[in-house]
Amino acid sequence: MKELRLMKGNEAFAEAAIRAGADGYFGYPITPQSEVMEYLMAQKTSERTGMIVLQAESEIAAINMVYGGASCGKRVLTSSSSPGISLKQEGISYIAGAELPCLILNVVRGGPGLGTIQPSQSDYFQSTKGGGHGDYRLIVLAPSSVQEMADFAGLGFELAFKYRNPVLILSDGAIGQMMEKVWLDVQKPRFTEEEIIKNTPWATTGKTPDRERNIITSLDLDSLKMEQHNRALQAKYRIIEQEEIRYEKFNCEDADYAFIAYGTSARICQKAIQLAAGQGINVGLMRPITLFPFPKKVVAEMTSHVKGILVVEMSAGQMVEDVQLATQGRVKVEHFGRVGGIIPSPIEVVEALKKQIIGG
Amino acid sequence: MAEFNTNPEIVQQENLVYKRTDLLTEKALSYCPGCGHGTAHRIIMEVIEEMEIQSKTIGIAPVGCSVLAYEFMNIDMQQAAHGRAPALATAVKRLFPEKFVFTYQGDGDLAAIGTAETIHSCNRGENIVIIFINNGIYGMTGGQMAPTTLPGMKSSTSPYGRDVATMGNPLRITELVAQLPGTIFVTRQAVHTPSAVRKAKKAVRKAFENQKLNKGLSFIEIVSNCNSGWKMTPLQSNEWMVDNMFPYYPLGDIKDSEKA
Amino acid sequence: MTEEIIIAGFGGQGVLSMGKILAYSGVMQDKEVSWMPSYGPEMRGGTANVTVIISDERISSPILNAFDTAIILNQQSMDKFENSVKPGGLLIYDPNGITRHPERKDINIYTIEAAEKAGKLGLSKVFNMIVLGGFLKLKPVVGMEFIHKGLEKSLPLRHHGMIPENEKAIETGKGLITAVQLVN
Repeated sequence: MKELRLMKGNEAFAEAAIRAGADGYFGYPITPQSEVMEYLMAQKTSERTGMIVLQAESEIAAINMVYGGASCGKRVLTSSSSPGISLKQEGISYIAGAELPCLILNVVRGGPGLGTIQPSQSDYFQSTKGGGHGDYRLIVLAPSSVQEMADFAGLGFELAFKYRNPVLILSDGAIGQMMEKVWLDVQKPRFTEEEIIKNTPWATTGKTPDRERNIITSLDLDSLKMEQHNRALQAKYRIIEQEEIRYEKFNCEDADYAFIAYGTSARICQKAIQLAAGQGINVGLMRPITLFPFPKKVVAEMTSHVKGILVVEMSAGQMVEDVQLATQGRVKVEHFGRVGGIIPSPIEVVEALKKQIIGG
Repeated sequence: MAEFNTNPEIVQQENLVYKRTDLLTEKALSYCPGCGHGTAHRIIMEVIEEMEIQSKTIGIAPVGCSVLAYEFMNIDMQQAAHGRAPALATAVKRLFPEKFVFTYQGDGDLAAIGTAETIHSCNRGENIVIIFINNGIYGMTGGQMAPTTLPGMKSSTSPYGRDVATMGNPLRITELVAQLPGTIFVTRQAVHTPSAVRKAKKAVRKAFENQKLNKGLSFIEIVSNCNSGWKMTPLQSNEWMVDNMFPYYPLGDIKDSEKA
Repeated sequence: MTEEIIIAGFGGQGVLSMGKILAYSGVMQDKEVSWMPSYGPEMRGGTANVTVIISDERISSPILNAFDTAIILNQQSMDKFENSVKPGGLLIYDPNGITRHPERKDINIYTIEAAEKAGKLGLSKVFNMIVLGGFLKLKPVVGMEFIHKGLEKSLPLRHHGMIPENEKAIETGKGLITAVQLVN
């Protein structure tokens, strides 16, 4: 039986993580996501499910605690906001290199630097193209509602373990801070040690006589072996690109134009679609749910029936580059966005569509 | 490779006087001949063998000369980012409280880049063992100055000797963590003589026993030599260590909460 | 039915909790809702505002340019949001502390002397519920039985003893709301 609640996105994520059977959360406070750890602490998770919640001395320590926990085959997660996620990049690179499952939430705020605490989508490149050093990818899920903040905690763990890959949930301050209705899944049991040994035989659980020792490392001083490892990683990412693309379309069937937007911007665009319809403009929306893998084919197919695409992002234009790659110049693609923590209004979006795509 | 005597009349079980613990792998150590790391590895693995806790032990390797410790220790291991081993160990122990967890770290790893992780894991009193090998230099990267490099001591980044006025003072981090309420047992040992090895092994055993009894964090510094980095023969380096390192880093227990 | 509301005033006036009770009541009545606050330093001692949307349909943008109703509790918020009311929409304000009254001619304007009343009754804690009562009198977007359930859900258990007081304040507010200008 699912349970109905009214919750902030940050709280819904935290509650859903508990219910997904998480074993450990390691974090460091930063606005606008501190509710995640506050909520978990208030829940007394160690009594409720046995889940460990620890406030680390830094974001760097927190992600490395995630690294240690993930190495044990445990369901572990961390959350932060943009400047904190920058600090975590070293650890994320190690986790990706060592092929470990874990969940990372970024409730994005405007940058660069300390920037602002207001919502932004300016971490798209960092999230989808690597972020830390080396050739690696995260699976990136972009929630656009409080419900998805909850749903993606469970889905994130599922994908992370399926591919032995870190999953990043790329949210923003608006979705983290707003309250909406959310249906919560029933409590999943945490893994037992027997299940960990069975399901993740690579995990460091202690060397028993029946197996070789398990080593978690991202290091190989032999370049040929390291090249093989890199090729294996890339092969995995290609499979993820084939299997895991998720997106949603609104009003796209016979639309003349299209918005492409994720997260909060996609919500703004839904309102903009209504406003545009009132002015006789037929515009649809394609909302990528996975940012990596990016729904390239879906974007390419859209070029056969729309006259132009406006990519709406709370950034100076990041995802627009992936849209341009996918459309190969076949239709006009423009970017519209506000930066520095400002959320574009639905009216601004309609005006941008008229000016940059229809009139342009 | 050394030539081993394989005369079957001599190689007999009853003639065995010393045997490498099975918890060290067959892999030849990558450390320089004369280095103390090998001995430190051995005593830890002997303790784990004697306590029969191989199947319950998870070790965390650092970045530094012992980055490949997992190649030699026949236990489950994780290789941490530079300085972060105590963070990994914290999570492992919290998530697997019944396991034995230790980190093995050098001076650059533990006392420079990982200072925050060291201090805070000690201060939280994580129920783990930290083994800290202090040889006063960055061995792996080719002999650069470490946080524990002595005043006046030459390294590739202090080629005219460590000038404390501009380069700071050597950090006695072991004394520092002994101040924290979370540490239960803090000691400084060495492995340059048989008697020192016996003492160091006793300390390692005590640290793991402490963990078994959930007493808190045990911290063992092992002052060691780096003949390559110090540009000496192994024998010279041991003498230099006794004459120069030990006065600054005196051996012995710094904190033993049981005795207090 | 979709009602798009902005509630704005000083931090400490109970702006966010008024919005939360309204939103939770909407959930109890099986409506779609969203509650989008301003947050951060703005909230600490300065102005606070929250956008609440209650609808029979899936809610698109939780962030809006224009509102069906603006509930305004200080001068800064009047300056910021008077022009965000949709033509023909509703503006409710407490004149206490207002130095420049609304000037729009194309909207319905009501006042509610909630601060004064709360002070007289010694009910400063439920000031925001008096205001909510005034709004619900004009726009009963959620039924009172669901407001009761909303209060139960959004107030911590230790404050459940105060629910009757809150409900009384809502009733008080219903009697306090006064029309200033009607355009439809």
